[in-house]
Amino acid sequence: MSFFERLRIGRRGTAYTAKQRLQTVLVHDRSGLSPGRLEALKVDMIDTLSRHVEIDRGSVQLSLTKERDQQRLVADIPLASQRSRRRTT
Amino acid sequence: MSAKIITITSGKGGVGKTTATANLGASLADLGYRVVCIDADIGLRNLDVVMGLENRIVYDLVDVVEGHCKLRQAMIRDKHLQDLFLIPAAQTRDKTAVSPQDMVRISDELRQEFDWVLIDSPAGIERGFRNALAPADLVLIITNPEVSAVRDADRIIGLIEAEEKGPGKLILNRVKPEMVRRGDMLATEDILDVLAIDLIGVIPEDEAILIATNRGLAASLDSKSIAGKAYRNIARRLNGEEVPFETLQGRDGFFGRISRLVRAGGER
Repeated sequence: MSFFERLRIGRRGTAYTAKQRLQTVLVHDRSGLSPGRLEALKVDMIDTLSRHVEIDRGSVQLSLTKERDQQRLVADIPLASQRSRRRTT
Repeated sequence: MSAKIITITSGKGGVGKTTATANLGASLADLGYRVVCIDADIGLRNLDVVMGLENRIVYDLVDVVEGHCKLRQAMIRDKHLQDLFLIPAAQTRDKTAVSPQDMVRISDELRQEFDWVLIDSPAGIERGFRNALAPADLVLIITNPEVSAVRDADRIIGLIEAEEKGPGKLILNRVKPEMVRRGDMLATEDILDVLAIDLIGVIPEDEAILIATNRGLAASLDSKSIAGKAYRNIARRLNGEEVPFETLQGRDGFFGRISRLVRAGGER
């Protein structure tokens, strides 16, 4: 990319925003999981997991990602560590 | 003769299906092929006015399906291209007047007599779309560089694949090169990246399209129209020719001109 092109793109155009939004909406469309249902799934998952292990409820992340043709549901579930538990009690 | 049957569809309405059908039909006929365009948008017909044949309609697609006339009687010959025909949609009926099986049967009959059968699909994903899809050998998906149109294109691509009519090819319509350059319009690469589909053509925004439609002519027969040229190139690609994709040059503004000068200087 040339210096001048970079200069112009310094202000990131709205096409960038459009592409980001499209990618997000298509991941949901293709999976049939709307953001609302994904949130409901997250709550159910936290409840189920909590029966077996103590987790840091507020930090659980559940997201849909796309790698080539493969759609993936990715969960990041931080366990409530002994140390943080001691701090909270 | 054994025609290739091409369905032009989009999901979203108003992105240029009918215009694309009329322009590709005229371009293919201009290449010397026998072409018939079928308007599958029953109840909201428009291919007749875009082709300028609205005053010549006697019978329509539903008349053929219901046996009120022979297939040949419903075919209207173009005013300018003697090997281009239109089978118009009915205006006073709805999509249920025709079934996917009817479309397959009619298309198979036309296959004997033509080189190309182009089917103008209605918007949406319901019966009308299913009718248009059923006989297709190849599906062309048309979209605009807008979030809503691309989203609908993605949905339609999924449905086409589910019907085993995929993968289909993409026409990107109404591109404004200047806006793309500014970063305010999705670029062709962005859309291909998101949709993961092969491209068959990019049509620039061109006033000649509206002017041609006003008159009921195909812009692809206007040698000065840039969109018309892009349609002629798609027709040649359909015909198996290797035609390089056009680079759309918009006016660049001050920085663009300087940057081009600098780059040209650097290359020397």
